[in-house]
Amino acid sequence: MSEEPLIHISNLYKTYHVGDVDVHALQGVDLDVQKGEFVSVVGASGSGKSTLFNVLGGLTSPTSGTAKIDGKDLAGLSNRERTELRKKKVGFVFQKYNLLPTLTAEDNIRIVQYIGDRGQTFSAEFKQVLSVLGIADRMKHKPRALSGGQQQRVAIARAIVNEPAILLADEPTGNLDSQNSLAVLELLKDLNERLGQTILMITHNDEAAAFASRKIRMLDGRVV
Amino acid sequence: MILTLVGVSYGTLDSSARRARGVGADIMVRPPGSSILGLSTAPMTDKLLDFVAQQPDVAAVTGMAVQPLSGFGSITGVDLNSFSRMSGGFHFLAGGPFQADQDVIVDEYYAREKRLHVGDNLTLMNHQWRVAGVFESGKLARICVKLPVLQTLMGNPHRLSLIYVKADSSDHIQEVLNNLREKMKGYPIYTMEEFTSQLTVNSVGLLRNFIDVVIGVAVVVGFIVVFMGMYTAVLERTREIGILKAVGGSSGFILNLLVRETLLLSILGTIVGIGLTYGAKALLEATFPSSLTEEIVYSWWPISGGIAIAGSLLGVIVPAVKAVKQDVTEALSYE
Repeated sequence: MSEEPLIHISNLYKTYHVGDVDVHALQGVDLDVQKGEFVSVVGASGSGKSTLFNVLGGLTSPTSGTAKIDGKDLAGLSNRERTELRKKKVGFVFQKYNLLPTLTAEDNIRIVQYIGDRGQTFSAEFKQVLSVLGIADRMKHKPRALSGGQQQRVAIARAIVNEPAILLADEPTGNLDSQNSLAVLELLKDLNERLGQTILMITHNDEAAAFASRKIRMLDGRVV
Repeated sequence: MILTLVGVSYGTLDSSARRARGVGADIMVRPPGSSILGLSTAPMTDKLLDFVAQQPDVAAVTGMAVQPLSGFGSITGVDLNSFSRMSGGFHFLAGGPFQADQDVIVDEYYAREKRLHVGDNLTLMNHQWRVAGVFESGKLARICVKLPVLQTLMGNPHRLSLIYVKADSSDHIQEVLNNLREKMKGYPIYTMEEFTSQLTVNSVGLLRNFIDVVIGVAVVVGFIVVFMGMYTAVLERTREIGILKAVGGSSGFILNLLVRETLLLSILGTIVGIGLTYGAKALLEATFPSSLTEEIVYSWWPISGGIAIAGSLLGVIVPAVKAVKQDVTEALSYE
């Protein structure tokens, strides 16, 4: 019997109502991602990548279809259940880093650890991850004192501090120069290989997508 | 704002009470129809002084005429001989008692506020006065002139606003009071203890209403300021709230953060406000030492703190609820 996929998406639809207009962002997406996979999702603007990201992250609910993470169907989840999903199952890395500007790098990570009910002290393993990410000596700095690449590494550390089932990365190199982009992509690949972290990375860049073990392409709200 | 206004109200009345006690009298006689606290001009004949002095157990009697001035002050006509017998007299810091009719003596606070020195000229009631002496504050009034001179200027010669009576013994105060009340029907007659106890915020109805209005305005203004402040803060932090929601922060967690932050801010604000009342007190003492006296009213610290906390908590509810109901994706795209 084959292993149940960590992410199982079947015939997934999402329609936004913008004024009097219906925008069909997802139009029957089918996708399975196994545990430990590093999958990149590529496509042009408006292809539905970000909507898929939002649905899988529990940031918005699907209109119809099935979207399961670790066996849990996201359709019909209440707000509280979606909050629990974000707390326990999903880690986010955003294009704009989205660090809290008034907190230090360390506190940005600790607050997520606290929200995830995992205490406030870093485990030895996590400290090792911080070293791998190259930010162990930047923990006491606030985001404004960090470079874009450093901020994104802090965001990656924040995303995995609670050991989520999947790491969702939305254009993680979109705001970085080529050198920092390369570093971040290598780090994601390293995390995938070293820790077995399942990663779903959304990008419009084929070079970035090449770092993943599998690449899928979206067009007009479907996986092609 | 609340603490300063309450402090000024209490302080001004308490300084009046202190000065009244400084007269050294036991009993006060006021004109018929006057209230215990109302200012009066001079409707009582000075023949009453002899009448009162002849009553049993009366050791000393002195009469005053009081003319209100613009603002908070008044000028008091005093007979120095009888006043000195009752109170022990003024303690002069500079100069001495008035000699000529145009002489005026002022207390140290009034002299400091008006930058007056012995020999300076002073215009009051459209009349030119010469400062003859500066006395230590705490007795009777801030500005004193000769009684007959003031009576003439007021157009009430031989008329008095107040009569102070000293009993020959503290055991006889009540007997003197009863006797005077019996023989001077219609005249409000009080012990000084009764009079000074009435000089409180709660006893002065107009002041009570004034303070209520001020507190009401302060609460409304404070509420609007806090409400708008928190509303703006939530708007400015929409993205941060979106981040917290994205990483699994529950509505309760975010509300908790906002409420705790508000509580901390309002407590800090109260502490700063208390600190500012000390600043306001020092400023008033330096600027208007004779007319406005501020006291630090400790009993109002928790009240003003409660007003600040209640106002800020009410002010945070609407933006907080709005914040937690916000869509995460919209919040994250907020610039």
